[in-house]
Amino acid sequence: MRHLLSAADLELASATEIFDVAEEMSLLQGRPVKKLPALRGRTVVNLFFEDSTRTRSSFEIAGKWLSADVINVSAKGSSMSKGESLRDTVLTVAAMGVDALVIRHHASGAPRQVTQWIDAHVLNAGDGTHEHPTQALLDAFTLRRHFRQTAPTLRDFEGKTIAIVGDITHSRVARSNVLLLNTLGADVIMVAPPTLWPSGVDSWPARFCTDLDEVLPIVDAVMMLRVQRERMSGGYFPTAREYTIGYGLTSQRLEMLKVGAAICHPGPMNRGLEISAEAADAANSLILEQVAAGVAVRMSVLYSLLGGADDTPPPTAREPLG
Amino acid sequence: MAEVERVSIPTGALDVTMYRDDLRRQPTRPVGHTRLPTAVDDAVVVLVDDVLFSGRTVRAALDALGDLGRPRAVRLAVLIDRGHRELPIRADHVGKNLPTAADERVRVRLEEVDGVNEVTIVRDGQSSPETAEHG
Repeated sequence: MRHLLSAADLELASATEIFDVAEEMSLLQGRPVKKLPALRGRTVVNLFFEDSTRTRSSFEIAGKWLSADVINVSAKGSSMSKGESLRDTVLTVAAMGVDALVIRHHASGAPRQVTQWIDAHVLNAGDGTHEHPTQALLDAFTLRRHFRQTAPTLRDFEGKTIAIVGDITHSRVARSNVLLLNTLGADVIMVAPPTLWPSGVDSWPARFCTDLDEVLPIVDAVMMLRVQRERMSGGYFPTAREYTIGYGLTSQRLEMLKVGAAICHPGPMNRGLEISAEAADAANSLILEQVAAGVAVRMSVLYSLLGGADDTPPPTAREPLG
Repeated sequence: MAEVERVSIPTGALDVTMYRDDLRRQPTRPVGHTRLPTAVDDAVVVLVDDVLFSGRTVRAALDALGDLGRPRAVRLAVLIDRGHRELPIRADHVGKNLPTAADERVRVRLEEVDGVNEVTIVRDGQSSPETAEHG
């Protein structure tokens, strides 16, 4: 694997390998020296055109714990805010000798476009409303652990039903999760009001439902999506309260879940809107485990992309900058 | 050892993949398990490997161990020392010194893992190995 742009790039074997290595990486947290030399001499740039706390910082820690040199470039306070184009910014960064570019951009497809311009490995850390593959990996990693602890089976996701609830149209996390969970063998049900169904939904490898109460009693895990107020121009649902009544994981709905069914949320949460405080803090909530898994999973992804021989093609002649 | 000395010695496993000096020479290697039964601080740790060859794996293991704690002493025990060292490393305990050519491969099989105790020398491209030692 040269880039990680979409959860669709991952096959069952490669995802399993990433989980197994992440399992080892998670042990680093308890060690006196939180450092492995695998990526010594590699340079990773986090190029973030959108705000992010957990994704950016966990990529930064992941790179540093693997001994890579990590540089953060954010849109604010850089030449991007002076009007430089994405292509020029990326070429400038790449010209400094970068081995991997972790990119978050508001435009869907930006990371794939970037691979056309530079030779470095490209990791999609969230592009528009398209995909967020490392979030899907850490969600699935957390669920795999939960399933192994509660009901170990030969194939972790085989026979498991997982609901993804909420703002599917605007959620890159939802798309990546559907693709990955389907690859892993889970049965995925998407639950949302019809106004929040994305176009082309028929091609998604999942079932669709508009009634949360119908779905909750049959699932092994429920993944609540954040209501993205910043992407809403209104009109998707009447009021926030209306949304909570129809699609929020309220304390009443908590009772409807199977015993031991896991509750996930990619964060940041709108407590009281899509998830109640009782659900977020419930014993079977994996929300904090998801955050903790972020570093280990991203270490594993960085290692799988950068840990081996360089297959970089020889530099090609390019048009000059500017 | 437990039978003879009547002490039980904690054993663990050290995966040295991420400490290897040849990571960049081939596609990304799979990572194995590192499990330590106790803290290694101030303990005498015996590293055990089946075949000692270039010494590079032992070098990686020493670095990996150093990141896990500060043992009082580290000793090296190997079943087979086949020579051809590339680093200034020697074993403290050797099962058998086995002279080999650099292009030969030594394969150790253990009853607990492979169902048979056997050391074989395989020349590259040779189908039937010469068996050097049994039992």
